[in-house]
Amino acid sequence: MRSLGSGEILFILAAVRWTLLLSVVAFIGGTLGGIVIALMRSGHIKALRWVAAGYIKLFQGTPLLMQLFLAFFVPGIFGFDVDPWGAAALGLSLHASAFLGEIWRGSIQVVPVGQWESSAALGLRYWNQMRHIVVPQAFRIAIPPTVGFLVQLIKATSLASIIGFVELTRAAQVINNATFQPFTIFGLVGLTYFIICWPLSAYSKRMEQKLALAAR
Amino acid sequence: MNYVFEFGQVFAAWDELLAGALRTLWLSAASMAIGMVVAVLGALGKTGGPRPLRWLIDAYIELIRNTPFLIQIFMVFFGLPAVGIRLEADQAALLALVINVGAYGIEIIRAGIESIAKGQIEAGRALGLKPLQIFRLIVLKPAIQAIYPSLTSQFILLMLNSSVCSAIAASELTGAANDIQSRNFRSFEVYFVVTGIYFVLSLMFWTVFALIDRAFLRQPAPR
Repeated sequence: MRSLGSGEILFILAAVRWTLLLSVVAFIGGTLGGIVIALMRSGHIKALRWVAAGYIKLFQGTPLLMQLFLAFFVPGIFGFDVDPWGAAALGLSLHASAFLGEIWRGSIQVVPVGQWESSAALGLRYWNQMRHIVVPQAFRIAIPPTVGFLVQLIKATSLASIIGFVELTRAAQVINNATFQPFTIFGLVGLTYFIICWPLSAYSKRMEQKLALAAR
Repeated sequence: MNYVFEFGQVFAAWDELLAGALRTLWLSAASMAIGMVVAVLGALGKTGGPRPLRWLIDAYIELIRNTPFLIQIFMVFFGLPAVGIRLEADQAALLALVINVGAYGIEIIRAGIESIAKGQIEAGRALGLKPLQIFRLIVLKPAIQAIYPSLTSQFILLMLNSSVCSAIAASELTGAANDIQSRNFRSFEVYFVVTGIYFVLSLMFWTVFALIDRAFLRQPAPR
Protein backbone atom coordinates (compact mmCIF):
# COMPACT_ATOMS: atom_id res chain seq x y z
CA MET A 1 0.00 0.00 0.00
CA ARG A 2 1.26 3.44 -0.94
CA SER A 3 1.34 6.19 1.60
CA LEU A 4 -0.33 9.52 1.03
CA GLY A 5 2.51 11.87 0.12
CA SER A 6 2.82 15.21 -1.59
CA GLY A 7 2.94 13.48 -4.99
CA GLU A 8 -0.46 11.91 -4.44
CA ILE A 9 -1.94 15.16 -3.17
CA LEU A 10 -0.56 17.03 -6.18
CA PHE A 11 -2.08 14.39 -8.48
CA ILE A 12 -5.48 15.03 -6.93
CA LEU A 13 -5.19 18.81 -6.98
CA ALA A 14 -3.94 18.83 -10.58
CA ALA A 15 -7.18 17.09 -11.56
CA VAL A 16 -9.02 20.29 -10.60
CA ARG A 17 -8.22 21.57 -14.07
CA TRP A 18 -10.42 18.85 -15.60
CA THR A 19 -13.25 19.73 -13.25
CA LEU A 20 -12.93 23.39 -14.20
CA LEU A 21 -12.56 22.67 -17.91
CA LEU A 22 -15.59 20.38 -17.92
CA SER A 23 -17.58 23.04 -16.04
CA VAL A 24 -16.59 25.72 -18.57
CA VAL A 25 -17.36 23.53 -21.59
CA ALA A 26 -20.72 22.46 -20.16
CA PHE A 27 -21.57 26.06 -19.26
CA ILE A 28 -20.76 27.27 -22.78
CA GLY A 29 -22.74 24.40 -24.32
CA GLY A 30 -25.55 25.07 -21.87
CA THR A 31 -25.54 28.77 -22.70
CA LEU A 32 -25.94 28.13 -26.42
CA GLY A 33 -28.63 25.49 -25.88
CA GLY A 34 -30.25 27.54 -23.13
CA ILE A 35 -30.68 30.58 -25.38
CA VAL A 36 -32.43 28.43 -27.98
CA ILE A 37 -34.69 26.81 -25.36
CA ALA A 38 -35.51 30.14 -23.71
CA LEU A 39 -36.42 31.77 -27.06
CA MET A 40 -38.52 28.76 -28.11
CA ARG A 41 -40.24 28.65 -24.73
CA SER A 42 -41.09 32.35 -24.63
CA GLY A 43 -41.82 32.79 -28.34
CA HIS A 44 -45.03 32.95 -30.38
CA ILE A 45 -44.97 29.54 -32.05
CA LYS A 46 -47.02 27.04 -30.09
CA ALA A 47 -45.30 23.89 -31.37
CA LEU A 48 -41.86 25.21 -30.43
CA ARG A 49 -43.11 26.23 -26.99
CA TRP A 50 -44.32 22.69 -26.44
CA VAL A 51 -41.08 21.11 -27.62
CA ALA A 52 -39.03 23.35 -25.33
CA ALA A 53 -41.35 22.69 -22.39
CA GLY A 54 -41.06 18.93 -22.98
CA TYR A 55 -37.29 19.16 -23.19
CA ILE A 56 -37.11 21.05 -19.89
CA LYS A 57 -39.49 18.63 -18.14
CA LEU A 58 -37.51 15.64 -19.40
CA PHE A 59 -34.24 16.94 -17.96
CA GLN A 60 -35.83 18.16 -14.73
CA GLY A 61 -37.65 14.88 -14.21
CA THR A 62 -34.79 12.41 -14.62
CA PRO A 63 -31.56 11.95 -12.65
CA LEU A 64 -28.45 13.64 -14.03
CA LEU A 65 -26.61 10.35 -13.59
CA MET A 66 -29.03 8.67 -16.04
CA GLN A 67 -28.58 11.56 -18.47
CA LEU A 68 -24.83 11.00 -18.36
CA PHE A 69 -25.18 7.24 -18.84
CA LEU A 70 -27.41 7.82 -21.87
CA ALA A 71 -24.99 10.45 -23.25
CA PHE A 72 -22.38 7.73 -23.02
CA PHE A 73 -24.38 4.93 -24.66
CA VAL A 74 -26.72 6.65 -27.14
CA PRO A 75 -24.04 7.96 -29.55
CA GLY A 76 -22.75 4.38 -29.86
CA ILE A 77 -26.12 3.29 -31.24
CA PHE A 78 -25.66 5.72 -34.12
CA GLY A 79 -22.13 4.48 -34.70
CA PHE A 80 -20.29 7.29 -32.92
CA ASP A 81 -17.99 6.15 -30.17
CA VAL A 82 -17.56 8.74 -27.45
CA ASP A 83 -15.00 8.64 -24.66
CA PRO A 84 -15.97 9.56 -21.09
CA TRP A 85 -14.81 13.15 -21.66
CA GLY A 86 -17.06 13.58 -24.71
CA ALA A 87 -20.01 11.90 -23.00
CA ALA A 88 -19.64 14.06 -19.88
CA ALA A 89 -19.35 17.26 -21.93
CA LEU A 90 -22.37 16.31 -24.06
CA GLY A 91 -24.54 15.14 -21.17
CA LEU A 92 -23.80 18.13 -18.96
CA SER A 93 -24.32 20.58 -21.85
CA LEU A 94 -27.76 19.14 -22.64
CA HIS A 95 -28.58 19.16 -18.92
CA ALA A 96 -27.46 22.78 -18.53
CA SER A 97 -29.41 23.82 -21.64
CA ALA A 98 -32.65 22.73 -20.01
CA PHE A 99 -32.03 24.44 -16.66
CA LEU A 100 -30.53 27.66 -18.09
CA GLY A 101 -33.32 27.75 -20.68
CA GLU A 102 -35.93 27.64 -17.93
CA ILE A 103 -34.11 30.28 -15.85
CA TRP A 104 -33.82 32.64 -18.81
CA ARG A 105 -37.40 32.08 -19.93
CA GLY A 106 -38.43 33.22 -16.46
CA SER A 107 -36.18 36.29 -16.69
CA ILE A 108 -37.58 37.23 -20.12
CA GLN A 109 -41.17 36.86 -18.94
CA VAL A 110 -40.61 39.06 -15.89
CA VAL A 111 -40.06 42.00 -18.25
CA PRO A 112 -43.48 43.75 -18.32
CA VAL A 113 -45.68 43.28 -21.41
CA GLY A 114 -45.86 47.06 -21.70
CA GLN A 115 -42.19 47.11 -22.67
CA TRP A 116 -42.95 44.82 -25.62
CA GLU A 117 -45.99 46.83 -26.61
CA SER A 118 -44.33 50.23 -26.43
CA SER A 119 -41.30 49.05 -28.38
CA ALA A 120 -43.63 47.54 -30.98
CA ALA A 121 -45.38 50.90 -31.15
CA LEU A 122 -41.99 52.45 -31.89
CA GLY A 123 -41.76 50.13 -34.87
CA LEU A 124 -39.23 47.63 -33.52
CA ARG A 125 -39.46 44.03 -34.74
CA TYR A 126 -38.89 40.91 -32.57
CA TRP A 127 -35.09 40.72 -32.75
CA ASN A 128 -34.61 44.43 -32.10
CA GLN A 129 -37.13 44.33 -29.27
CA MET A 130 -35.17 41.44 -27.78
CA ARG A 131 -31.79 43.03 -28.28
CA HIS A 132 -32.47 46.60 -27.21
CA ILE A 133 -35.43 46.39 -24.85
CA VAL A 134 -35.97 42.97 -23.29
CA VAL A 135 -32.57 41.31 -22.92
CA PRO A 136 -30.87 44.29 -21.19
CA GLN A 137 -33.60 44.22 -18.54
CA ALA A 138 -33.81 40.43 -18.29
CA PHE A 139 -30.04 40.15 -18.00
CA ARG A 140 -29.86 41.75 -14.55
CA ILE A 141 -32.63 39.54 -13.25
CA ALA A 142 -30.98 36.45 -14.70
CA ILE A 143 -27.55 36.89 -13.10
CA PRO A 144 -28.19 35.52 -9.57
CA PRO A 145 -30.01 32.31 -10.63
CA THR A 146 -27.53 31.75 -13.47
CA VAL A 147 -24.56 31.94 -11.11
CA GLY A 148 -26.48 29.74 -8.69
CA PHE A 149 -26.91 27.16 -11.42
CA LEU A 150 -23.21 27.41 -12.30
CA VAL A 151 -22.50 26.20 -8.75
CA GLN A 152 -24.88 23.27 -9.32
CA LEU A 153 -23.08 22.52 -12.59
CA ILE A 154 -19.61 22.54 -11.02
CA LYS A 155 -20.84 20.13 -8.34
CA ALA A 156 -22.54 18.05 -11.03
CA THR A 157 -19.25 17.48 -12.87
CA SER A 158 -18.33 15.13 -10.00
CA LEU A 159 -20.80 12.61 -11.49
CA ALA A 160 -18.58 12.39 -14.59
CA SER A 161 -16.32 10.30 -12.36
CA ILE A 162 -18.97 7.55 -12.41
CA ILE A 163 -18.74 7.20 -16.21
CA GLY A 164 -14.96 7.10 -15.86
CA PHE A 165 -13.78 10.63 -16.61
CA VAL A 166 -10.77 11.44 -14.43
CA GLU A 167 -11.58 14.78 -12.85
CA LEU A 168 -11.25 15.82 -9.21
CA THR A 169 -13.53 13.17 -7.68
CA ARG A 170 -12.20 10.33 -9.85
CA ALA A 171 -8.60 11.31 -9.08
CA ALA A 172 -9.46 11.17 -5.39
CA GLN A 173 -10.93 7.69 -5.78
CA VAL A 174 -7.86 6.48 -7.65
CA ILE A 175 -5.53 7.74 -4.91
CA ASN A 176 -7.84 6.44 -2.21
CA ASN A 177 -7.76 2.97 -3.72
CA ALA A 178 -3.97 2.99 -3.48
CA THR A 179 -3.47 4.66 -0.11
CA PHE A 180 -6.76 4.11 1.71
CA GLN A 181 -6.94 7.40 3.57
CA PRO A 182 -10.58 8.21 2.70
CA PHE A 183 -11.22 10.76 5.45
CA THR A 184 -8.24 12.91 4.49
CA ILE A 185 -8.62 12.51 0.74
CA PHE A 186 -12.37 13.11 0.39
CA GLY A 187 -12.13 15.85 3.01
CA LEU A 188 -9.47 17.58 0.94
CA VAL A 189 -11.47 17.16 -2.24
CA GLY A 190 -14.65 18.42 -0.57
CA LEU A 191 -12.74 21.46 0.61
CA THR A 192 -11.47 22.07 -2.93
CA TYR A 193 -15.02 22.06 -4.33
CA PHE A 194 -16.03 24.36 -1.48
CA ILE A 195 -13.28 26.87 -2.30
CA ILE A 196 -14.47 26.98 -5.92
CA CYS A 197 -18.22 27.07 -5.22
CA TRP A 198 -18.59 29.16 -2.09
CA PRO A 199 -17.49 32.53 -3.54
CA LEU A 200 -19.90 32.01 -6.46
CA SER A 201 -22.75 31.15 -4.10
CA ALA A 202 -22.00 34.19 -1.97
CA TYR A 203 -21.91 36.43 -5.06
CA SER A 204 -25.21 35.02 -6.31
CA LYS A 205 -26.84 35.60 -2.93
CA ARG A 206 -25.55 39.18 -2.70
CA MET A 207 -26.78 40.05 -6.19
CA GLU A 208 -30.16 38.55 -5.35
CA GLN A 209 -30.48 40.69 -2.23
CA LYS A 210 -29.44 43.77 -4.22
CA LEU A 211 -32.14 43.07 -6.83
CA ALA A 212 -34.74 42.44 -4.12
CA LEU A 213 -33.89 45.82 -2.59
CA ALA A 214 -34.09 47.54 -5.96
CA ALA A 215 -37.48 45.99 -6.64
CA ARG A 216 -39.01 47.38 -3.45
CA MET B 1 -27.60 2.58 -37.71
CA ASN B 2 -27.46 -1.19 -37.40
CA TYR B 3 -27.90 -1.55 -33.69
CA VAL B 4 -30.28 -4.31 -32.65
CA PHE B 5 -32.41 -3.25 -29.72
CA GLU B 6 -33.16 -5.92 -27.15
CA PHE B 7 -35.54 -4.59 -24.57
CA GLY B 8 -36.83 -8.09 -23.81
CA GLN B 9 -33.88 -8.82 -21.55
CA VAL B 10 -34.60 -5.67 -19.59
CA PHE B 11 -38.28 -6.34 -19.11
CA ALA B 12 -37.46 -9.92 -18.11
CA ALA B 13 -35.90 -8.39 -14.99
CA TRP B 14 -39.08 -6.41 -14.21
CA ASP B 15 -39.18 -7.73 -10.65
CA GLU B 16 -35.72 -6.30 -9.92
CA LEU B 17 -36.73 -2.97 -11.47
CA LEU B 18 -39.93 -2.86 -9.43
CA ALA B 19 -38.05 -3.68 -6.22
CA GLY B 20 -35.47 -1.01 -7.09
CA ALA B 21 -38.15 1.60 -7.73
CA LEU B 22 -39.81 0.80 -4.41
CA ARG B 23 -36.45 1.07 -2.63
CA THR B 24 -35.88 4.46 -4.26
CA LEU B 25 -39.30 5.64 -3.08
CA TRP B 26 -38.68 4.36 0.41
CA LEU B 27 -35.21 5.91 0.58
CA SER B 28 -36.52 9.26 -0.66
CA ALA B 29 -39.53 9.31 1.67
CA ALA B 30 -37.51 8.27 4.73
CA SER B 31 -34.70 10.75 4.15
CA MET B 32 -37.20 13.53 3.39
CA ALA B 33 -39.09 12.83 6.64
CA ILE B 34 -35.97 12.70 8.82
CA GLY B 35 -34.39 15.56 6.86
CA MET B 36 -37.38 17.76 7.64
CA VAL B 37 -36.93 17.12 11.36
CA VAL B 38 -33.32 18.27 10.96
CA ALA B 39 -34.53 21.26 8.93
CA VAL B 40 -37.12 22.36 11.50
CA LEU B 41 -34.60 22.07 14.35
CA GLY B 42 -32.00 23.90 12.29
CA ALA B 43 -34.44 26.66 11.33
CA LEU B 44 -35.49 27.14 14.96
CA GLY B 45 -31.84 27.23 16.02
CA LYS B 46 -31.04 29.71 13.31
CA THR B 47 -33.89 32.09 14.10
CA GLY B 48 -33.80 31.96 17.90
CA GLY B 49 -30.62 30.18 18.97
CA PRO B 50 -27.47 31.62 20.59
CA ARG B 51 -24.83 33.08 18.30
CA PRO B 52 -22.38 30.11 18.28
CA LEU B 53 -25.23 27.76 17.37
CA ARG B 54 -26.37 30.02 14.54
CA TRP B 55 -22.82 30.21 13.29
CA LEU B 56 -22.54 26.41 13.38
CA ILE B 57 -25.81 25.98 11.48
CA ASP B 58 -24.65 28.48 8.86
CA ALA B 59 -21.40 26.56 8.44
CA TYR B 60 -23.37 23.31 8.01
CA ILE B 61 -25.63 24.86 5.35
CA GLU B 62 -22.78 26.42 3.37
CA LEU B 63 -20.63 23.30 3.57
CA ILE B 64 -23.38 21.04 2.23
CA ARG B 65 -24.63 23.43 -0.44
CA ASN B 66 -21.16 24.03 -1.86
CA THR B 67 -19.86 20.47 -2.13
CA PRO B 68 -21.07 17.65 -4.42
CA PHE B 69 -23.44 15.07 -2.97
CA LEU B 70 -21.13 12.35 -4.30
CA ILE B 71 -18.31 13.60 -2.04
CA GLN B 72 -20.73 13.80 0.89
CA ILE B 73 -21.79 10.19 0.45
CA PHE B 74 -18.15 9.08 0.10
CA MET B 75 -17.34 10.89 3.34
CA VAL B 76 -20.17 9.07 5.12
CA PHE B 77 -19.50 5.64 3.64
CA PHE B 78 -15.68 5.58 3.35
CA GLY B 79 -14.66 8.41 5.68
CA LEU B 80 -16.70 7.68 8.81
CA PRO B 81 -15.18 4.19 9.38
CA ALA B 82 -11.85 6.00 9.91
CA VAL B 83 -13.37 7.54 13.04
CA GLY B 84 -14.96 4.26 14.11
CA ILE B 85 -18.44 4.59 12.61
CA ARG B 86 -19.06 1.78 10.15
CA LEU B 87 -22.33 1.81 8.21
CA GLU B 88 -23.98 -0.51 5.71
CA ALA B 89 -24.34 0.98 2.22
CA ASP B 90 -28.09 1.51 2.68
CA GLN B 91 -27.61 3.19 6.06
CA ALA B 92 -24.86 5.40 4.67
CA ALA B 93 -27.11 6.37 1.74
CA LEU B 94 -29.95 7.31 4.10
CA LEU B 95 -27.65 9.29 6.40
CA ALA B 96 -25.99 11.16 3.53
CA LEU B 97 -29.37 12.06 2.00
CA VAL B 98 -30.67 13.26 5.38
CA ILE B 99 -27.59 15.44 5.92
CA ASN B 100 -27.96 16.82 2.40
CA VAL B 101 -31.68 17.57 2.36
CA GLY B 102 -31.55 18.89 5.93
CA ALA B 103 -29.24 21.71 4.85
CA TYR B 104 -31.49 22.74 1.96
CA GLY B 105 -34.58 22.32 4.15
CA ILE B 106 -33.41 24.78 6.82
CA GLU B 107 -33.63 27.73 4.44
CA ILE B 108 -37.04 26.58 3.19
CA ILE B 109 -38.50 26.19 6.69
CA ARG B 110 -37.00 29.50 7.77
CA ALA B 111 -38.71 31.23 4.87
CA GLY B 112 -41.95 29.65 6.10
CA ILE B 113 -41.42 30.93 9.65
CA GLU B 114 -40.63 34.41 8.36
CA SER B 115 -43.73 34.46 6.17
CA ILE B 116 -45.97 34.48 9.25
CA ALA B 117 -47.33 37.98 9.71
CA LYS B 118 -47.42 39.15 13.33
CA GLY B 119 -50.09 41.73 12.60
CA GLN B 120 -52.42 39.04 11.33
CA ILE B 121 -52.09 37.07 14.57
CA GLU B 122 -53.09 40.19 16.47
CA ALA B 123 -55.96 40.76 14.05
CA GLY B 124 -57.08 37.17 14.60
CA ARG B 125 -57.05 37.73 18.34
CA ALA B 126 -59.02 40.94 17.96
CA LEU B 127 -61.63 39.03 15.96
CA GLY B 128 -61.97 36.63 18.89
CA LEU B 129 -60.42 33.54 17.27
CA LYS B 130 -59.37 30.81 19.67
CA PRO B 131 -55.60 30.11 20.00
CA LEU B 132 -55.94 26.83 18.10
CA GLN B 133 -57.85 28.55 15.30
CA ILE B 134 -55.17 31.25 15.13
CA PHE B 135 -52.46 28.61 14.88
CA ARG B 136 -54.31 26.60 12.24
CA LEU B 137 -55.64 29.41 10.04
CA ILE B 138 -53.14 32.23 10.48
CA VAL B 139 -49.86 30.53 11.33
CA LEU B 140 -49.81 27.01 9.90
CA LYS B 141 -51.79 27.28 6.67
CA PRO B 142 -50.09 30.39 5.24
CA ALA B 143 -46.68 29.04 6.27
CA ILE B 144 -47.36 25.76 4.47
CA GLN B 145 -48.67 27.68 1.47
CA ALA B 146 -45.46 29.69 1.42
CA ILE B 147 -43.08 26.73 1.54
CA TYR B 148 -45.14 24.12 -0.34
CA PRO B 149 -43.69 24.78 -3.83
CA SER B 150 -40.04 24.68 -2.70
CA LEU B 151 -40.65 21.73 -0.38
CA THR B 152 -42.27 19.58 -3.06
CA SER B 153 -39.66 20.38 -5.70
CA GLN B 154 -37.00 19.63 -3.11
CA PHE B 155 -38.54 16.18 -2.69
CA ILE B 156 -38.37 15.45 -6.42
CA LEU B 157 -34.77 16.70 -6.53
CA LEU B 158 -33.99 14.41 -3.61
CA MET B 159 -35.57 11.42 -5.34
CA LEU B 160 -33.57 12.03 -8.52
CA ASN B 161 -30.41 12.71 -6.52
CA SER B 162 -30.79 9.39 -4.69
CA SER B 163 -29.61 7.67 -7.89
CA VAL B 164 -26.11 8.82 -6.89
CA CYS B 165 -26.34 6.37 -3.96
CA SER B 166 -25.62 3.63 -6.53
CA ALA B 167 -21.99 4.81 -6.35
CA ILE B 168 -21.66 3.08 -2.97
CA ALA B 169 -23.82 0.15 -4.13
CA ALA B 170 -26.83 1.04 -2.02
CA SER B 171 -29.93 -0.82 -3.13
CA GLU B 172 -32.19 1.46 -5.17
CA LEU B 173 -33.32 1.82 -8.77
CA THR B 174 -30.02 2.87 -10.38
CA GLY B 175 -28.24 0.10 -8.48
CA ALA B 176 -30.76 -2.38 -9.89
CA ALA B 177 -30.01 -1.03 -13.38
CA ASN B 178 -26.28 -1.49 -12.80
CA ASP B 179 -26.88 -5.10 -11.68
CA ILE B 180 -29.01 -5.93 -14.71
CA GLN B 181 -26.64 -4.42 -17.26
CA SER B 182 -23.63 -6.14 -15.70
CA ARG B 183 -25.35 -9.46 -16.46
CA ASN B 184 -26.74 -8.87 -19.96
CA PHE B 185 -24.58 -5.98 -21.23
CA ARG B 186 -27.64 -4.26 -22.72
CA SER B 187 -26.46 -0.95 -21.23
CA PHE B 188 -28.48 1.40 -23.41
CA GLU B 189 -31.73 -0.54 -23.05
CA VAL B 190 -31.42 -0.85 -19.27
CA TYR B 191 -30.60 2.81 -18.63
CA PHE B 192 -33.22 3.96 -21.13
CA VAL B 193 -35.96 2.01 -19.37
CA VAL B 194 -34.79 3.10 -15.91
CA THR B 195 -34.63 6.75 -17.00
CA GLY B 196 -38.22 6.28 -18.14
CA ILE B 197 -39.19 4.88 -14.73
CA TYR B 198 -37.65 7.88 -12.97
CA PHE B 199 -39.51 10.20 -15.33
CA VAL B 200 -42.82 8.48 -14.64
CA LEU B 201 -42.17 8.81 -10.89
CA SER B 202 -41.43 12.53 -11.32
CA LEU B 203 -44.59 13.06 -13.40
CA MET B 204 -46.58 11.18 -10.78
CA PHE B 205 -45.32 13.38 -7.95
CA TRP B 206 -45.71 16.61 -9.94
CA THR B 207 -49.34 15.66 -10.59
CA VAL B 208 -50.12 14.55 -7.03
CA PHE B 209 -48.47 17.64 -5.52
CA ALA B 210 -50.40 19.92 -7.89
CA LEU B 211 -53.68 18.18 -6.99
CA ILE B 212 -53.01 18.53 -3.27
CA ASP B 213 -52.17 22.19 -3.81
CA ARG B 214 -55.43 22.79 -5.66
CA ALA B 215 -57.57 20.85 -3.19
CA PHE B 216 -56.23 22.11 0.12
CA LEU B 217 -53.86 25.02 -0.18
CA ARG B 218 -55.21 27.55 -2.66
CA GLN B 219 -56.74 30.66 -1.18
CA PRO B 220 -60.27 31.28 -2.41
CA ALA B 221 -60.12 33.97 -5.08
CA PRO B 222 -60.69 37.46 -3.64
CA ARG B 223 -64.08 38.89 -4.57
